[in-house]
Amino acid sequence: MTTTELTLPRKAGRRRVMGAGKQLHAGPVAYVVLTVFALVSLAPLVWTAVAASRTDRRLAETPPPLWFGGNLFTNLQTAWDQAGLGTAMFNSVIVAGTITVSTVLFSTLAGFAFAKLRFRFSSLLLLLTIGTMMIPPQLAVVPLYLWMSDLGWSNQLQTVILPSLVTAFGTFFMRQYLVQALPTELIEAARVDGASSIRIVWHVVFPAARPAMAVLGLLTFVFAWNDFLWPIIALNQQNPTVQVALNSLGTGYVPDQAVIMAGALLGTLPLLIAFVLFGKQIVGGIMQGAIKG
Amino acid sequence: MTSSKQALAHPAASADAAPGTPPGAARGAHGRGTPAGPDSWRSRLYRWDMKASPYAFVSPFFILFGAFTLVPLLYTAWYSLHNVQLSALDHQTWAGLDNYKNLWSSDFFWNALKNTLTIGVISTVPQLLAAIGLAHLLNYKLRGSTVWRVVMLTPYATSVAAATLVFTLLYSWDGGMVNWILHFFGVNPINWRESDWGSQFAVSSIVIWRWTGYNALIYLAAMQAIPTDLYESAAIDGANRWQQFRHVTIPQLRPTILFTVVVSTIGATQLFGEPLLFGGVSGSKGGSEHQYQTLGLYMYDQGWIIGNLGKASAIAWSMFLVLLIIAAVNLLLTRRLRKSQ
Repeated sequence: MTTTELTLPRKAGRRRVMGAGKQLHAGPVAYVVLTVFALVSLAPLVWTAVAASRTDRRLAETPPPLWFGGNLFTNLQTAWDQAGLGTAMFNSVIVAGTITVSTVLFSTLAGFAFAKLRFRFSSLLLLLTIGTMMIPPQLAVVPLYLWMSDLGWSNQLQTVILPSLVTAFGTFFMRQYLVQALPTELIEAARVDGASSIRIVWHVVFPAARPAMAVLGLLTFVFAWNDFLWPIIALNQQNPTVQVALNSLGTGYVPDQAVIMAGALLGTLPLLIAFVLFGKQIVGGIMQGAIKG
Repeated sequence: MTSSKQALAHPAASADAAPGTPPGAARGAHGRGTPAGPDSWRSRLYRWDMKASPYAFVSPFFILFGAFTLVPLLYTAWYSLHNVQLSALDHQTWAGLDNYKNLWSSDFFWNALKNTLTIGVISTVPQLLAAIGLAHLLNYKLRGSTVWRVVMLTPYATSVAAATLVFTLLYSWDGGMVNWILHFFGVNPINWRESDWGSQFAVSSIVIWRWTGYNALIYLAAMQAIPTDLYESAAIDGANRWQQFRHVTIPQLRPTILFTVVVSTIGATQLFGEPLLFGGVSGSKGGSEHQYQTLGLYMYDQGWIIGNLGKASAIAWSMFLVLLIIAAVNLLLTRRLRKSQ
């Protein structure tokens, strides 16, 4: 099954590229400029690792360290302990994981309804969904803070999780995908056979949506892992996510900048690993979202 | 290597590729025949299912979104008309428009608004220009094209917190990497944290670094959707590469450009994490002289450092108004541009 899934669209894709044919080969200048961009993209990250491996308490010296020192693991250990990164990592995995699963699930359901089902007010509701993408999160923060305090949920993970369980972007993303990727005849055929809506979702929609669900999942995870504003307001040092822990490391009075860099490195590492593994899919997903968005 | 990504980008190119279940599967495995007569309970159930299920599928989204975004939005407006202190949450008194009047006469508010606009412009404009150029290069036939794209997108995977901590160190006044590199060009050390434009530039550069690659991919996607015959006919008319870029690519990209301008503007209006962490210990003030205190920071400072949640609510709604005004101006400008062409 997996093979048909992969080969069929791949062939179709290749044909399209041929159609778009006449692409010019990049000249040496293009490669030079791209290399510069690539260096600018990667250098700060590489240098983070360099700085994290030094023994200097203050890295602000002239010239700045350009090559690795021997203190990486000590610094990682110190940062881990000082910022409570163990708890923070665990919390971030729970938070980002829950948000990802729920966003993908609910976005697929709503996206399917908007793409393929007929119901009253559907276009109005879709318009509303798109419109709300413009609302800044700052607009919801004060009441949420007050309500969560009332419930006695300050500093608890559900405070961070609940407001992010769905996104308008996710719903719209899935809708755009399913409009084309899910043949309407397939649903009608299942209907004629008397399949209930839940059956159709399970046996037709989910399999068809799987590639887009994977991409949306990755994008949502990156977003949830990096979310900053609400976690900083809702959580304290005792029960932080990674970003809150990094914030306390950076705004605290830690004099050892190598340790701070080690913390920054640790906080980014899970996503960088995910990026090495799934970078291609994430890139594809962003491009796909862009075409259809 | 390109092809599988293409598959992701154009999955619908082959409708029969609907992955997973072959058309027969649903029928074969679960077929129970067409619903019997019009009045049987099964057919009634079936009709009820047809009617209700769309609402069931969209309702989680609307319930959750309503509860945690739309309703709070209205409550923020309500709280902005009240005096709500962090130290006494249960004691809320009516304040009318006092919070807004307060903002109107506050230098810090106007300063934050000005900073938000300045930093927004100097981070959005270079970012989008660089992204278009980058996308143009990535649109050539490249060796290892996917690797280039992934590398350009790496900063996007870096969190605000991690990126800002690194850049703060790079921008150190004495012996930071940036000043050290500049000294080879005979530039005196710049105080990136204290100087007015220096600090704003530093904060902007973090934004530019994180988002240029992301925007480049969006432009690239749009470029690949431009029909080739447009370029062919332009070439026949004798247009060189630059003229093709100027007269074919850019006009075709206009909707995408508008989209990225709007998205970046929204992002810039909410700018928060970068200036907060760049400021270190006194982050919420946006520097010793509030040089880079944005509206987002100002709201956080007033609400959770000083503890005036009513005022913070008023700032939030002011931000929204600013955003709407910018969006309206954007719209007007694009209408103008379209008419003038």
